[in-house]
Amino acid sequence: MENTRRVLSVVVINEEAVLSRISGLFAGRGYNIDSLTVAPVPNTNFSRLTIVTNGNKRVLEQIVKQLHKLIPVYKVIESGEFAEQEMALVKIPLNENFSGLDVMLKAYNGTIASSGENFIVVMVADDAKRIDNFLKAIKKFNPIDMVRSGSVALDV
Amino acid sequence: MELSGSQMVVEALAKENISVVFGYPGGAIMNVYDEIYKQKYFQHILTRHEQAAIHAADGYARSSGDVGVAFVTSGPGFTNAVTGLATAYMDSVPLVVISGQVPISVIGTDAFQEIDAVGISRPCVKHNYLVKDVKDLPRILKEAFFIARSGRPGPVHIDIPKDVTAQNAKFNYPDTIKMQTYKPTYKGNGRQINKAVEAIANSKRPVLYIGGGAINSNASDEVREFAKITGIPAVETLMARGVMGHKNPLLLGMLGMHGCYSANMAMSEADIMIAFGPRFDDRVTGKLNEFAKHAKIIHIDIDPSSIGKIVDVDFPIVGDLKNVVESMIPLAKEKINAEKYKSWRDLLNRYDEIHPLGYKDSDKVLKPQWIIEKTGEMLGDNAFITTDVGQHQMWAAQFYPFSFPRQFITSGGLGTMGFGLPAAIGVKRAFPEKISINFTGDGSILMNVQELMTAVEMNIPVINIILNNKFLGMVRQWQTFFYDKRYSSTDIQKQPNFVKLVESFGGVGFKVKTKNEFNVALKDAIDSKKVAFIDVDIDRFENVLPMVPAGGTLYNMMLEYKE
Repeated sequence: MENTRRVLSVVVINEEAVLSRISGLFAGRGYNIDSLTVAPVPNTNFSRLTIVTNGNKRVLEQIVKQLHKLIPVYKVIESGEFAEQEMALVKIPLNENFSGLDVMLKAYNGTIASSGENFIVVMVADDAKRIDNFLKAIKKFNPIDMVRSGSVALDV
Repeated sequence: MELSGSQMVVEALAKENISVVFGYPGGAIMNVYDEIYKQKYFQHILTRHEQAAIHAADGYARSSGDVGVAFVTSGPGFTNAVTGLATAYMDSVPLVVISGQVPISVIGTDAFQEIDAVGISRPCVKHNYLVKDVKDLPRILKEAFFIARSGRPGPVHIDIPKDVTAQNAKFNYPDTIKMQTYKPTYKGNGRQINKAVEAIANSKRPVLYIGGGAINSNASDEVREFAKITGIPAVETLMARGVMGHKNPLLLGMLGMHGCYSANMAMSEADIMIAFGPRFDDRVTGKLNEFAKHAKIIHIDIDPSSIGKIVDVDFPIVGDLKNVVESMIPLAKEKINAEKYKSWRDLLNRYDEIHPLGYKDSDKVLKPQWIIEKTGEMLGDNAFITTDVGQHQMWAAQFYPFSFPRQFITSGGLGTMGFGLPAAIGVKRAFPEKISINFTGDGSILMNVQELMTAVEMNIPVINIILNNKFLGMVRQWQTFFYDKRYSSTDIQKQPNFVKLVESFGGVGFKVKTKNEFNVALKDAIDSKKVAFIDVDIDRFENVLPMVPAGGTLYNMMLEYKE
């Protein structure tokens, strides 16, 4: 069976150790986590996690079932379309020639997020695949450091 | 009414009608033990090791069907309990285990006897709690019992810091509870059940594959009726022994690695498999892509994650087995004719005649199978049978005539040596009028032998039949078969004097070398009404057969061992 990428949106009760239950489940059963983001859902007792994982059909089915089995898990959204966004921050030295940077940032929903004496930090937000592309392309500006956020996703 | 955290624990157990708890005190749980001392609702049985407290609660729960309860202290008290939790989790046994924890103010400082208990228990319990506020305690206790006994049962662990056990709050213990995120499915999907029965009616070679779910769901009567109406032959897993009853003509026997030939052939040749709450364990299936490869699969289980975990299922039905089989019965009456499967049954019975489960008895040396059969003949359904883990466990599963569900208590999933004696204590406490037999080995019995003290002190007379081959026998068997007889660390001829050992605890001991001595010893042990060891010298090199070597196919069993 072939491995495929899967985005899961998981709504859980926002209580102590809920994240360790989920990360422990993935680690203990040998499932992959490509990325994981979590934050509280405003004005509720819930948190929402976005987990990007991969596995074959049986593994992906088990992941969903095992998540459901955890007591604080309220809902696992797995099917259908997701609006998916990821963010990346890249620190670039100021001595670079920035020609073309502006166009690139525009193409990837980007902007300049911060700046200092010797560097600027640019940010972009896009789907995971395009972030991959951006991080490849930005290399020509010799970035000092970079970080990406992991996906957040909303079913549409 | 305001109560302290400790009082809440005691009152909650009273509301849950708990009549006995097992445990071992210590610093962090002392406030609770003080309240246990003052109360009259339930008995506390002091074991001599925390692992045994959990196994005893487990034996109580498996035999009675009620929730078992145990208390341990923080740190080593809790870590000792982990094997017990994992054992219960693997076999879906309802427990509530309460551990003490260091006070909240020092959590995270590596305080004396501090350990991250919920961090350790998380993968071996159904759910766990660290109580941070005494106001949450009544709700948590209620949820714990609800979660332990509902859906697919399992152990629930509550870790209570010492300061929380001393703080006061209002005690409102709800009679019923609804949880926002936990709602097990009991009723099976009607359309799916219809389709499944239709598929059975169209099959030629159906087989019932009965697992531990049939016991947890108390579905034995329904399963027996379904089998009777349809005339479908049945096989049982280790966890399901007793569901059909040994006299049932439709029962072929146990399947799997040490299952009988006809049971494994039934699985291999069936065109439809009706799985009543098993979990397709590797000790049952053997090589997966050869397992029941001609069969369409109907799988009924209350745990959706159990379905499709190991094999693809054609008719998945999520629901409580008792409930689902109840609704299958009228449909089966209408659509299925038991006559249709006569030639299939005849074929399987012929398989059984060709290769019956058996052993070669001897005049010179006692055979373990004979001991089990003889015990069965003498005690039958008057006894509950507990085991440890190893060869004796398989022989007990193969040769004891089990006649009712919950009669056979064994650590199946985790395979925990040292389970037998404490579990037998729990069983005897649940059914004082019955005989509690623990079949054990000379390896296993030493793993929780200190529990003789518990049994003697509490006057809980359990009878331990030690099938003594002076080997760690199951590992020895594999070494004989697969490791060229290199008996690495399994030849254990250095042994205690088991008779003197049990006597030193205040029990009675019997050394047995002949059949006659065994008959007398078993009668005397029962009449003595004392905790007993019957130390039986058996054939050192007897093997558990037949056998499907790990990863082998069910239809290609090793029926005898040739040098």
